[in-house]
Amino acid sequence: MGAIESTGVASDAALREAEQLLFREAWLLDQHRLDEWLDLFTEDATYWVPLERGQLDPWNTSSIIFDDRTLLQIRVRQYTHPRAHARLPAARTCHQVGNVMILGSDGSELRVGSSLVLVEYRKERQRVFGASVEHRLRRTPAGLRVAAKRVDLVNSEAELDGIAFLF
Amino acid sequence: MGMFGREQLAMMVRPDRVHRALYSDPAIFELEMQRLFGRAWLVVGHESQIPAAGDFLTTRMGRDPVIVTRHADGTVKVMINRCSHRGSTVCEDARGHCAEFVCPYHGWTYRTDGSLRFVPLAHGYGRDVERKKSELGLVNVPRVESYRGFLFASLAADGPTLSDFLGPLSSSFDDMVDRAPDGEVEVAGGVFKHAYHGNWKLVLENHLDGLHPNYVHASSVQAARDAPDPAQPERYADIAIRQMRQNGAPEAIWESIGIWTTDFGHGYMADYHSDSRLVVGMDNPVFAGYRERLEHKIGKERAAKVLSVTRWNSIVYPNCSFMGQFRQLRIVHPLAVDRTIVYTYSFRLKGAPEQMYRDTIAFANVVNGTASWVLTDDLEVYERVQKGLTAQAGDWVYLARGYGGDADDAGRTRRGATGTSELPIRSQFAAWLRYMTAE
Repeated sequence: MGAIESTGVASDAALREAEQLLFREAWLLDQHRLDEWLDLFTEDATYWVPLERGQLDPWNTSSIIFDDRTLLQIRVRQYTHPRAHARLPAARTCHQVGNVMILGSDGSELRVGSSLVLVEYRKERQRVFGASVEHRLRRTPAGLRVAAKRVDLVNSEAELDGIAFLF
Repeated sequence: MGMFGREQLAMMVRPDRVHRALYSDPAIFELEMQRLFGRAWLVVGHESQIPAAGDFLTTRMGRDPVIVTRHADGTVKVMINRCSHRGSTVCEDARGHCAEFVCPYHGWTYRTDGSLRFVPLAHGYGRDVERKKSELGLVNVPRVESYRGFLFASLAADGPTLSDFLGPLSSSFDDMVDRAPDGEVEVAGGVFKHAYHGNWKLVLENHLDGLHPNYVHASSVQAARDAPDPAQPERYADIAIRQMRQNGAPEAIWESIGIWTTDFGHGYMADYHSDSRLVVGMDNPVFAGYRERLEHKIGKERAAKVLSVTRWNSIVYPNCSFMGQFRQLRIVHPLAVDRTIVYTYSFRLKGAPEQMYRDTIAFANVVNGTASWVLTDDLEVYERVQKGLTAQAGDWVYLARGYGGDADDAGRTRRGATGTSELPIRSQFAAWLRYMTAE
């Protein structure tokens, strides 16, 4: 991780590169370019939306989403089916990513925190979600990629209508 | 909207169809809250949620907010969550532990059995407030009973006993609990709370509907078929892939499964599911380890009998749907004629291997998760049914599939003509009509 200084303090360049990846991820989701979105994730990536505040792991408590790459691929494929009832039409979203900061580095991976405000619109209903997000970004031959994404919704424990889009 | 007399209600429930107003008329919904949810035994929780004196949980009975407590003497109390003074709720936490409930408004203080312990500045309420204290407790729900750890309550002082109410359906609870090597289950792993803009009946009808998966879940079936085949050793995704694929079983399979109903509108789906990890797979090391523990505790013969039960959803009409074999339970909260919330719980089999519990959690995410590939399509269809049933053009909802072919089974159960018979819905409405027209 040449972009990280030995003190562990991120350089402006590292922050900017991480930010650009997060912005691009949000943009691809909003554009429904889901195949390209999935390409941003490593083969061993996890995508986690915990059910409980401060949830420690995805194994002993349920999660709104806890996917590996295989399950993410199923989510992306489901949108292309002509009878994907909850996804036709697909929800339109606006992902607003802010407060991006580098939380740390373990040498091979960057931990990046951000906040997400998401507006979702589908079938005459609009909802707003807020979340704090943590990405683990990894340098690969193909560029910086997402090795893990955790989305802590402010209302994860609420009574929620079905969620048929990605955060 | 109109007022519905008993004769009118009876005209709206025919043997093979019901009037759409039963799903869409707010006046009927109000009557349901009084006569159906106000009378039937409702599932309110599980003993493991309130193991110690002073433990409590809050839930709803119909729309009424209630507190379920473990009182100092060990008994379970269910009380309306409403201060006797000016009506505020006295407890807002989903679960917790306390010595007493203090109203936030003027400090009236209640014990964990609802009795009024203390009124600040009591003299100001008149001379006889001390004398009336015994009448000014939180309203206790008149009947509370437990079956194998599952807590039931009824807002009606009189009615059938819980045992009569459950009848043969109690065997589905037995199925869940008997699978635990230590003979007990406990709630664990978080609560999904999913909501939809539709009538509360739709979810109960859907859970015993063997015809819908190939249509409603076509997209997740196909996406799961396109995914890599489950392999050995097991991968995390395999439970989800198999479950989604299972929904795409050939129609001949769905026709062959067992659909049973009992009195009071209950029912269950059986002879279903062959998942080699979650159910009876001898080849799976996790299940084999579990089986060993169960056999060690209860004997080989008894274990074989316990594991031979292959039930899918069981419905306790009108507020609960559960899956003993898969350790899932849902409580249905009707909020309005077109708004319903479903709380879903997972259970740990005490004495079973830890990995088995983790598999339960993975399964819950697929089947009951608010963002599940599967559930989201069910919720979408409930909302589309609700929208369609607001149309004034057609009066009737047809429930005729299998009608005329249903067979009585051993005494108190009926079996659907085929696995896709709409018998469970007809049976639910028969019970509905009895509740709604009873004096």
